[in-house]
Amino acid sequence: MSSSVQTTPPAGPVLAPDPPPPDRPTGRVLLRLAGAVVIPVVAAIALWATLDFLRNDDANRFLVVGIALVVGVVGVFFLFWSMNRVVEWLPTRFREGARPYVFVGPALVILSVFLIYPVINTILISLKDAQSQDFVGIENYKFVFTDESMLRAMRNTAGWIVLVPLVAVTIGVVFATLADRLRRGEAVAKSLIFLPMAISFVGAAVVWRFMYSFRPDGFGTNIGLLNAIKQGLGQDPVPWLQQKPWNNLMLMVIMVWMQTGFAMIVLSAAIKAIPDEIVEAARIDGASEWKVFRHITIPTIFPTVVVVTTYMVINALKVFDIVFVMGNAEAQGTEVIAERMIRWFFIGDHNGRGAAIAVVLFLAVIPVMIWNVRRFREQESIR
Amino acid sequence: MTVVLETVPAPAPDAKAEKKSSWFVRITITVVVLLWTIPTLGVLISSLRPEELVNSSGWWTSLAHPFRGAEWTLENYRSALSNGGFGNAFLNSMAVAIPSTVIPVTVAAFAAYAFSWMDFRGRHVLFVLVVGLMVVPLQMALIPILRLYTGGATLGGVTLIPDFNLGGTYLGVWLAHTGFGLPLAVYLLRNYIGSLPSSIIESARIDGADHFTIFWRLIIPLSVPALAAFAIFQFLWVWNDLLIAYVFLGGSRQNRVLTIALADLVGSRGENWHLLTSAAFLSMALPLAVFFSLQRYFVRGLTAGSVKG
Repeated sequence: MSSSVQTTPPAGPVLAPDPPPPDRPTGRVLLRLAGAVVIPVVAAIALWATLDFLRNDDANRFLVVGIALVVGVVGVFFLFWSMNRVVEWLPTRFREGARPYVFVGPALVILSVFLIYPVINTILISLKDAQSQDFVGIENYKFVFTDESMLRAMRNTAGWIVLVPLVAVTIGVVFATLADRLRRGEAVAKSLIFLPMAISFVGAAVVWRFMYSFRPDGFGTNIGLLNAIKQGLGQDPVPWLQQKPWNNLMLMVIMVWMQTGFAMIVLSAAIKAIPDEIVEAARIDGASEWKVFRHITIPTIFPTVVVVTTYMVINALKVFDIVFVMGNAEAQGTEVIAERMIRWFFIGDHNGRGAAIAVVLFLAVIPVMIWNVRRFREQESIR
Repeated sequence: MTVVLETVPAPAPDAKAEKKSSWFVRITITVVVLLWTIPTLGVLISSLRPEELVNSSGWWTSLAHPFRGAEWTLENYRSALSNGGFGNAFLNSMAVAIPSTVIPVTVAAFAAYAFSWMDFRGRHVLFVLVVGLMVVPLQMALIPILRLYTGGATLGGVTLIPDFNLGGTYLGVWLAHTGFGLPLAVYLLRNYIGSLPSSIIESARIDGADHFTIFWRLIIPLSVPALAAFAIFQFLWVWNDLLIAYVFLGGSRQNRVLTIALADLVGSRGENWHLLTSAAFLSMALPLAVFFSLQRYFVRGLTAGSVKG
């Protein structure tokens, strides 16, 4: 190989390999190779010792957390840096061939372990018994589709994936359209709607348990806003979360509250992207605001509506935290699929059933994703 | 789960100079904003009221006399932080959330650089595979990974992955969050890094910079907007996560993060509203601060790229 720098620009964005450095004496090469082995070994031992310390429950928490932060944040930089050093020490021939794998390697390893392996493994576990000892065929799937509570969970989940996106996207579109007409305060109004996005599902559950709080007559004042309003109107307080099947709606309200801001902000960006000339021209031609909304705004932002709706459908399909925190789902009849999965796996102690529910969830997500990708492709080809 | 959003250009600045806001618009907006804000406001106010008042009267009654000293207290926060163990949980949440944000961003940035600017076999196939993994719901990954953490993996008696005993460790949670966040991160960052002008990178190559130097000195500084947008999203997601922390770190008093501590409090003292409200607000404080200070990046990232949930 010549040592001159490559002069012709490479095709596409891919870059030419490094110019090979001048030859080194053999002794130094050996030393470097030794270093390439020793340094990672020492680093691995040091890392192991630190992680062992982090496991120590008696140590000072501040110290543990501090060290964890340093290890976590610095460790990943160090990993890439040291791998790059190791590549530098390789013979010139292999150096440029190996370097891309230093860059993508960690991502590929993590993905194989954390996503590819689990999919295969979950499918296997779903065919085995409670302790994952013996194969039981489709027994677990039979359970999933016959158990009374599971069927209720599926019915409820169907409600979630229809109602939550529908309501959240509708409010989002209307709010974004109206906010666009505000002369002042648009940013503040949008921030306040968006704010619940930053709150955890558990936090939101507390916020809404407080709203729904119920005390029967004779057990003190109702401090929940909804029941206080009911009493203020001279009606009896209602145990909102016990009213089957309406309590499902009460839980969906929480998710709508959290997700509308997301829909609104994305749709608002799409609405602002509609060229003013089109809207102005329609108005000059005498179109009413409603007609502009119906015949210009909606068709233009429709692709965005589809994307936002898909996102919400998938989120609603996987909803877990809200139901889990708001009380005994089975007693209240508010089970959903993801919540059942966690119950069976961690509380019901039946790996097979938990895994089978996970597989069903996976299969339910795929059509939504395919539909989304199709829509996206169509859109691309129109452009 | 992930969804691809189309790119939307920035709004024209003078778009609404001449628009009039009618009463109908203003009233509707105000009503919706009030409906959306009141639940959080109620929690904030209750968290600052003494226990007896919280339990005997609605939070709105305090609004009638906001300057009466007996109406307000910080005692709830004090007891939540010490007796409730929320101080410890706050530390744990930090120890989980910060590396769980930094690690995926770093790993994804390196991979995105390689996918856009380096030549190697299987580049396109691997990229499609990585992005395709966005379909896998993380619920599906929990069970196998937990078993991997506590027992390793064997195939026909051959140990593929040894037992690292990662259950209940920070490292285990970081890696899990990294794995679940990576597909989206790689996808987002590859879009951004791949669109940087090739001329600057080529001239750096001609000046003798190697890939590592280019990445570190050139790509990272240029990609700050994309890195920040993803980092904010990932941070909020990790901070607010209950499921992964519960499964991989556990619910012990020593290890639990804020969301778990809060969920425990809901379970054990569902009617102690003075504690619940202050604890809930403690768990919201940091994400709200992050959200409001970095809102610009966050919203831009949401509307210009993609979104995970």
